[in-house]
Amino acid sequence: MIDARIADALARLPDYLGSHVRVSVIALVLGIAVSIPLAFACVRRPTLRATALTITSIIQTIPGLALLALFYPLLLVAADLSERAFGYGFSALGLLPSVLALALYSMLPVLRNTVTGLMGIDPAIREAALGVGMTRRQSLVMVEWPLALPVIMAGIRTAAVWVIGTATLATPIGQTSLGNYIFTGLQTQNWVFVLVGCAAAAALALAVDQLLAQIEVGVARRKRGRVSAGVLGMLAIAVSAFVPGFTRAGPAYVIGAKPFAEQYILAALLEQRLAASGLSATRRDGLGSAVIFEALAAGDIDVYVDYTGTLWTNQMGRSEVAPRKRVLAEVGQWLEAEHGIKLVGGLGFENAYALAMNRAQAEALGVRTLSALAPLTPQLTIAGDYEFFGRPEWQALRETYGFSFRDRRQMQSEFMYPAIAAGEVDVISAYTSDGRIAEFDLRVLTDDKEAIPPYDAVLLVSPKRANDQALLAALRPLVNAIPIGIMRDANLRAQTESPAAIARWLWETVRKRGPGTAPVTGP
Amino acid sequence: MTAAAIAFEAVSKRYGTQSVLDDISFSIGRGEFVAIVGPSGSGKTTLLRLVNRLSEATDGVVRIGGEDILSLDPIALRRRTGYVFQGIGLFPHLTVAENIAITPRLLGWEPGRRKARADELLALMRLDTDYATRFPHELSGGERQRVGIARALAAGPDIVLMDEPFSALDALTREALGDDYRRLHAALDLTSVMITHDMLEALLLADRIIVVREGRIIADGRPPDLMRRDDDPFLRELLDTPRRHAERLGAFIAGPPP
Repeated sequence: MIDARIADALARLPDYLGSHVRVSVIALVLGIAVSIPLAFACVRRPTLRATALTITSIIQTIPGLALLALFYPLLLVAADLSERAFGYGFSALGLLPSVLALALYSMLPVLRNTVTGLMGIDPAIREAALGVGMTRRQSLVMVEWPLALPVIMAGIRTAAVWVIGTATLATPIGQTSLGNYIFTGLQTQNWVFVLVGCAAAAALALAVDQLLAQIEVGVARRKRGRVSAGVLGMLAIAVSAFVPGFTRAGPAYVIGAKPFAEQYILAALLEQRLAASGLSATRRDGLGSAVIFEALAAGDIDVYVDYTGTLWTNQMGRSEVAPRKRVLAEVGQWLEAEHGIKLVGGLGFENAYALAMNRAQAEALGVRTLSALAPLTPQLTIAGDYEFFGRPEWQALRETYGFSFRDRRQMQSEFMYPAIAAGEVDVISAYTSDGRIAEFDLRVLTDDKEAIPPYDAVLLVSPKRANDQALLAALRPLVNAIPIGIMRDANLRAQTESPAAIARWLWETVRKRGPGTAPVTGP
Repeated sequence: MTAAAIAFEAVSKRYGTQSVLDDISFSIGRGEFVAIVGPSGSGKTTLLRLVNRLSEATDGVVRIGGEDILSLDPIALRRRTGYVFQGIGLFPHLTVAENIAITPRLLGWEPGRRKARADELLALMRLDTDYATRFPHELSGGERQRVGIARALAAGPDIVLMDEPFSALDALTREALGDDYRRLHAALDLTSVMITHDMLEALLLADRIIVVREGRIIADGRPPDLMRRDDDPFLRELLDTPRRHAERLGAFIAGPPP
């Protein structure tokens, strides 16, 4: 089993590593191209220098994930303006926001070291440069630049290591990187993936650092051989990442997935179904919840699976709870009217938010419903994923039932289950389609006052593909095809099998049952 | 009458309200070797920097060969004026030959001609040709200063300006280098201006000494004439030390007292 995971991980390495190097190289080159001239411009201007260094320092303090995520909405607005003004839009997802954010990130060390290097030059040397008859420019090029170069190279080394490390966080904004291993691995409890992702990023950073160190030392000691060796090594890495990129044909469709196991399985299923219909597709895995909807509306991705409750509360801003069919119908109408997005249909199962307890503890306390849980909450601790406590569902639950938990903790969902099994927490936020509910012997407490809206998994297609019959025909067999029990099984398998393998199993299983047998009707 | 090589006409230099040079006038003829002597802060380095426009006068006119230097391109002026810096100022990332040939390179000389010129100057400065490929940090202080002087001479200047050229060297090296420079000054028909705080050095090397104190010239003359002057207490103080040394040494050479 480990062998299969390693083989699966290695099969993805060329794609992930190549993309990672591409985005890192472009960002680093851009960062250097901006920082070095900026450093030269501000080295003799104290006010400008202080301003530039302060701004880059502030950028450095923004967490990498936040900086990357911030660029997506900014670019979306820019792309929209460009579309209107010049009739030419661009994709606000993937490479562009990643490159911009990482380039900004790389600026501080390069700018600071270039300024330090230039300011550290002995004034007597600068005086001598003028005295022998150099122009200001000749002094910069012939004397100050070569003398500062070892310090500048040290800055570039730091920037390169930072960029390569931070590029793993580009996955949630749609840039394939070694982060795909880490995000997918964390969500599917595939530790082989997590390890491979971390190891590959570390190895890449180390290799680049060593090559740049050769250049740095070579420059400082005027050893041409070492400089050439370093430069050739860097070129080899860059070229090997870019050359296959030119030859690869662009796939016709882009499938999006949010960062959790069920989404990876469903995205793999969509990819296989499209392939079965002769449609080539690529994946944008691990997109953030807010990013993925905007990406679909903007046409950066073509199809993904969302949940009616999420759309109902987050996109439509509805707070009341309605029956399952009505929510499905209203969400479909709203998407069509507001965004031109086509809701192809429900997959047949719900992945709702729910609260779960250890079955044994629930039985001992006699709790089956949230109403029964409410009076006990002052003695209990609740854990939720990072999103949960900020969501309107939590708000609705608290208001409806009057919860007042003793303590509440945020953790990755894969750590919540071991935590509740170990008795560290008493109640967790769970998803109804999660296979671990059975695995950990949890009881899902009934939402007896209907505080949480229904969460039917639905297939959404971007406005520009809304009338694409080939795509719609390939997707329709999935409508109402997947019952909750099979999805739970599939999700449970995610701990041991690859999403692609589970998707194949899932399709085999539902086909044997016959199409369209899940309980909920399509539109 | 031909114009003086260097002429200062009522030159003043102020930084803000602080006066560094105050109404200085003098002229230096072609082929003269002039030492400018004064304590630190007397304005002597500023005076030297005014000659190749590393600094510009607040008032008055500085002339080179009769021309107001403000009418000359400062870059071209510096390229045809040799300058030996107080801290030597060799470029640490360039070899000895590249340092020597820097001004010829700026003037667009061919690499072959630059190399020949560097070798020629190494020979003139009594350095082996295999010094050409060394770096400044591989040289002794005396060798470095020889390279500094070679660099100043590389583009064949008429005027050489030297700011404390020998002060960081030990006595033996200093004397050997001083003598070598004196020889080159004559052989290459140079006009040389040397700044020093050491009166003995000035007396032994220069044709003429200008003494500066607090931004003003307090004495200007040939060494023997200055030695005979007794009117200015500061000048007398400057001259006393070398004079006493000379008397003592004279006594030793004459033989032990009975």
